[in-house]
Amino acid sequence: MTDMTSSVQSTFQRPAQARRDIGIKKRYAAERRFKAYGVTAILIGLFFLFVLLWTVVSKGYTAFQQTAITLPIEFSEQIIDPKNERAANPAKLMSANYPLLVRDALVKALAIDPNNKALVKKATDMVSPSARTQLRDLVVANPAIIGTTADVALLAEGNIDSANKGQIDLTVAEANRKVNDQQLGWMKTLTESGAMAKQFNTGLFTYGASSRPEAAGIGVAALGSFYMMLIVLVLALPIGVCASIYLEEFAPKNRLTDLIEVNINNLAAVPSIVYGLLGLSIFINFAGMPRSAALVGGLVLTLMTLPTIIIATRAALKAVPPSIRAAALGLGASKMQTIFHHVLPLAMPGVLTGTIIGLAHALGETAPLLLIGMVAFVVDYPGTPMDPSTALPVQIYMWANEAERAFVERTSGAIMVLLIFLVVMNLGAILLRRRFERRW
Amino acid sequence: MNMMSEAAVEKALDQKMNTVPFKMIGKDVSVYYGEKRALFDVNLNVRENTVTALIGPSGCGKSTFLRTLNRMNDTIDSCRVTGKITLDDGDIYDPSIDVVELRARVGMVFQKPNPFPKSIYENVTYGPKIHGLARTKAELDQIVESSLQKAGLWNEVKDRLHESGTGLSGGQQQRLCIARAVAVSPEVILMDEPCSALDPIATAKVEELIHELRTNFTIVIVTHSMQQAARVSQRTAMFHLGNLVEENDTDKMFTNPDDQRTQDYIMGRFG
Repeated sequence: MTDMTSSVQSTFQRPAQARRDIGIKKRYAAERRFKAYGVTAILIGLFFLFVLLWTVVSKGYTAFQQTAITLPIEFSEQIIDPKNERAANPAKLMSANYPLLVRDALVKALAIDPNNKALVKKATDMVSPSARTQLRDLVVANPAIIGTTADVALLAEGNIDSANKGQIDLTVAEANRKVNDQQLGWMKTLTESGAMAKQFNTGLFTYGASSRPEAAGIGVAALGSFYMMLIVLVLALPIGVCASIYLEEFAPKNRLTDLIEVNINNLAAVPSIVYGLLGLSIFINFAGMPRSAALVGGLVLTLMTLPTIIIATRAALKAVPPSIRAAALGLGASKMQTIFHHVLPLAMPGVLTGTIIGLAHALGETAPLLLIGMVAFVVDYPGTPMDPSTALPVQIYMWANEAERAFVERTSGAIMVLLIFLVVMNLGAILLRRRFERRW
Repeated sequence: MNMMSEAAVEKALDQKMNTVPFKMIGKDVSVYYGEKRALFDVNLNVRENTVTALIGPSGCGKSTFLRTLNRMNDTIDSCRVTGKITLDDGDIYDPSIDVVELRARVGMVFQKPNPFPKSIYENVTYGPKIHGLARTKAELDQIVESSLQKAGLWNEVKDRLHESGTGLSGGQQQRLCIARAVAVSPEVILMDEPCSALDPIATAKVEELIHELRTNFTIVIVTHSMQQAARVSQRTAMFHLGNLVEENDTDKMFTNPDDQRTQDYIMGRFG
């Protein structure tokens, strides 16, 4: 056996062997080259992803902490309600001179001469003006507090907060600095006495828009985004799934349906700002819906998400093997029964994945919302989708335009929150696909 | 070996196929796919409680003819059928005929085993459920057991009825598909190359099953295997290029066919 093979080989060896060697070497080299290109491409991608995340996180992680000054506030009846009218007229409590309480507490804590106006001004500047509403809310919620003294954690002013986090360059001359030496000295005293401390910034998640960074948060914008996502889900999922089922399973294949298919694919690629213009002219100018409302935003995002969902659903329906359809039809199931009992359940992971990716896309969309007036300074939570509201990415866009140092970190902090939402949604899509993937 | 000789004995008893009444009658059946004509005026009748095998080279129209018998061709947009096909004297292409009811009476088993990706139990009960054949769980259980027994699968799966049907072996899957078709209690079962995806052992089991099913059902089977046609069928029809070449008792077909083309095909001279 061995002899035979070797003799056969020796007859044909030389020409064939020589040619084969060159070919194999070339092919392997090409393969290695291609692998190297692929690895390089992925490394470049990873590098930029890392740079992006690094920039955002390094700038933004401090946004999740906020400096607070805890002062023993004396809720003096003389200042809040000197004429004792609160029983007859509770509105009196709304307009009381709360900043005075803060001033008195500061004067006492820092041992300043109350008559030195300039010094007192410097001291009160360290506390956020939002302390006024903070104290007011405390008193209105519990009028019994009047006449007592309680420790209240007041938000530090934005620049003080930045200085406390070490974000303000202290080598700059005092006159050009946002925080003066006197205030720095007090900060040191307060920190040493334990009155000034950094705490977790719950306000970032609960507050609405504010021109003061320490009192600004993404709570209102997040609620607006939530309303819009709800509207998109409720409208786009059923409309998209129905449209795709009709187009894929029932519609005759002719020029008209071809045209529709081409148009759907085109719509998926239309710049999102065009959808904003469409929403502006149809929903606001023609249908007379309110500006800056989450309802309009949701409708616009629905239009934008529909093509994505339709394309994903059609692909998922197409991927269901024809043998399953044949089996159901062969048993005497009607077309509807075949689709709803067998095809759609098998296509569901694909449909859900497409929907979640469409939703994630809509969640991060800014441009169309600018055109329908959702770029708004909204302080209060929108009670319904008809109320003025804004959205997370729009809030980021607005903060990015602010000058204060403290807004820079908040911008990055909000981006981190948005990214976390997107990652969670995409993870959900992957898990759903894994969970419902079926063999056939 | 034993099985084969039994079959041979039965075939000897079935010599007089001509006296068996017709279950389905196809008269001048032509099928067009768009402009292309796939079948040319085929006149082929299917006898009751008989296995009729359709043979012929690829693309000869035998599967197309099979699919006209339960109107599976309706699902292809460009397909058009002319001529007349009757089931117990009722025209199945009559506009008043509901295709759902027709397919309940004429079941189908496909080339590739295609169980639903659901449990074995659900696979069998799907047909009875949509046709309202059972009112209670007990009735359904009864149908599942009898169908699986008819398909010779009961003993193999009775302890795992609620496991996925796709987890079975290929041959078991195909028998599950047969059980699924049987569960609707059809009168005719169409089989489109049911063994082409199976190994020889699974094939033997399915063939044995076809042989048993014949007592309760009329069976039409498309096959590429001449040996299979000879083993399972009593009547054989030979198609070529969209024409019905010859239809005859299987014994005669494989020993002394009337048409030269049949002779050539069976001898392996073309196809």
